[in-house]
Amino acid sequence: MIEVVPRENVSRRWQALVPVIAAVVALLLAAIPLVAAGAPVVPAYAQMFKGVFGSVFTFTEMLTRATPLIFTGLAAAVAFRAKLWNIGGEGQLYLGALAAVWVGTGLVDGSPWLMIPLVLLAGAVAGGLGMLVPATLKTRFGADEVVTSLLLNFIILIFVQMMLEGPFKDPMGLGWPQSEPIIDNAMLPQLMDRMRLHGGFIIALVLALVAWVVMSRTVWGLKIRAVGENRAAARHAGLGVNRVYIGVALASGALAGLAGVSEVAGLKGYLTSDLSPGFGYTGIIVAMLARLNPAGVVLAALYVASVFVGADSMSRAMGVSSFLADLTVSMSLICVLLASFFASYRLRFKRAAAA
Amino acid sequence: MMDILNIFLTDSFWAASLRIASPLIFGVLGALLCERAGVLNLGIEGIFVVGAMTGWMAVWMGAGLWTGVLVAALSGALFGLFHAILTVPLGLSQHVSGLGITLFATSLASFTYRTALPQVSSPPRIEPFRALDIPVLSELPFLGPVLFQQTALTWLALLMVGVVWWVMDRTALGVAIKAVGDSPDAVNAQGLSVMKLRIGAVVAGSALMALGGAFLTMSAFDAFFFGMVNGRGWICIALVIFASWRPGKALLGALLFGMFDALQVRLQTEAGALVPGQVFLMMPYILSIIALVVVARKAEYPRALLVPWRKGQR
Repeated sequence: MIEVVPRENVSRRWQALVPVIAAVVALLLAAIPLVAAGAPVVPAYAQMFKGVFGSVFTFTEMLTRATPLIFTGLAAAVAFRAKLWNIGGEGQLYLGALAAVWVGTGLVDGSPWLMIPLVLLAGAVAGGLGMLVPATLKTRFGADEVVTSLLLNFIILIFVQMMLEGPFKDPMGLGWPQSEPIIDNAMLPQLMDRMRLHGGFIIALVLALVAWVVMSRTVWGLKIRAVGENRAAARHAGLGVNRVYIGVALASGALAGLAGVSEVAGLKGYLTSDLSPGFGYTGIIVAMLARLNPAGVVLAALYVASVFVGADSMSRAMGVSSFLADLTVSMSLICVLLASFFASYRLRFKRAAAA
Repeated sequence: MMDILNIFLTDSFWAASLRIASPLIFGVLGALLCERAGVLNLGIEGIFVVGAMTGWMAVWMGAGLWTGVLVAALSGALFGLFHAILTVPLGLSQHVSGLGITLFATSLASFTYRTALPQVSSPPRIEPFRALDIPVLSELPFLGPVLFQQTALTWLALLMVGVVWWVMDRTALGVAIKAVGDSPDAVNAQGLSVMKLRIGAVVAGSALMALGGAFLTMSAFDAFFFGMVNGRGWICIALVIFASWRPGKALLGALLFGMFDALQVRLQTEAGALVPGQVFLMMPYILSIIALVVVARKAEYPRALLVPWRKGQR
């Protein structure tokens, strides 16, 4: 017989170590698929490390990869705090990218001081509206937002493909379904010479700070947490629970939408329907690794991006499938769940009592 | 307009509806079992992928088709056990654990496939389940092509509707599973194990979900490719609410869905010149959302769904 016993007086330091332990354990567990794939384990890890920290270029590539994950991680963290399950980050990312392309490919023209805020705003609004749909269906009709936001991902991706083959199609694109390039004045600036790292990274860091301040230092953040911890009590206390949901949905969707803007106006320059390799879903892992703390989201995104960039480099060098990165990152999520459990509880094994 | 009405008169339309519904029948029944016991299993999408991959791979490596089906069910059960351990005795968030299982299962299946087949340009094929072609019956007008020229896996899906209905409505086990999803304290007071019932239901439900995946690679198609599940698992999560957690309605929901999907494909060829094809591709997902919204207010969720239970705590 196994019994679950709560631990008493768990220090905050231990609690803070939980994600670190989970991340390390997941990285170590990656040795199992490495062995299964027949790769030499130690050189493979060395190659992963080199793939991230080997040069200034590889390091900035990692930061570039972390950028959309900070946005989508924040999107999930903010929503999950209110227990509003926004699993639609992937779709909202595409809506944001589509809006950025709509505004940024010649609809308006002006100086970067006008254009950059404009594409950011357009993407944020589009993403926010994308999450407003499931949130409204939840508050109005009681429809489960998990399912609706998930299904919307598929609808939005098909919609984007339709737009890229229709009105948004670049006539100069040699027949490929891709949008026209974003005009130079609407592109986010590069941060370093000959590196792909762009202004989206700075915006992501600023928003992480803003999200942290809002969540921990403002009345609105308090309301969000109250709704997340006990909806019935929050409603009883006269908090406008539905209004909180709607507000959170708009903020969360906007953050995911900005991930799309940042990718399309910071990195790619034009939109294709394979803009995101699942950044929206990976953002959920980032948020959980961060234990829904906006500051932690930045660190978690750096870790996840390191795994992806490192594993990509290792994969190219040693011929191991790059799905190893997805595998390691998904194991991190399960590890952080387990680690958070064992930080708060322990198991007591007892002999089965009679009866 | 006449053309559209004519679609309903063709037996190929009804045969396609049942074929498209088959994997969903498995999936909705699986979700039904888990949720009736009080556990939401968002691992479904990944378990579909795992079932599709392992069943196909077993056959590709030389096993018989039914061995492949068994392998798929067992691998689904294994991931179900994982989800059950995380959510039942450990009481972790069912949402997060389920999504974790989906991401883990999907990446593990993809990694395994890629590692076993490092460089293939086109996915290798297997000899899938064939249409049963039951003598005499399959010659019947209309009913023949619609019912009796389906594969054995479609029949297994239909059979499972009966099995799940019988277990849930006619056996003590079914009563216990439903009770454990509604009021675990009462079940515990009766001296039954809440843990065992919940874990068992999730494991069995996940095995069913994996059969839905196996249907894709072993009956609907003959190969495994990435992204082939394409949200079918999530659609099942919507359909089970639409079906108010009843096996008969689950069958109905899956069939309705299959009909709309079959119709969508046919309308695409009819009206393809007028409307972009993507409009039709969106329809299944939009319909799932509409179905969910329509029933949402009336839906009577199992009362202890999402609520972890620990002995001696309320």
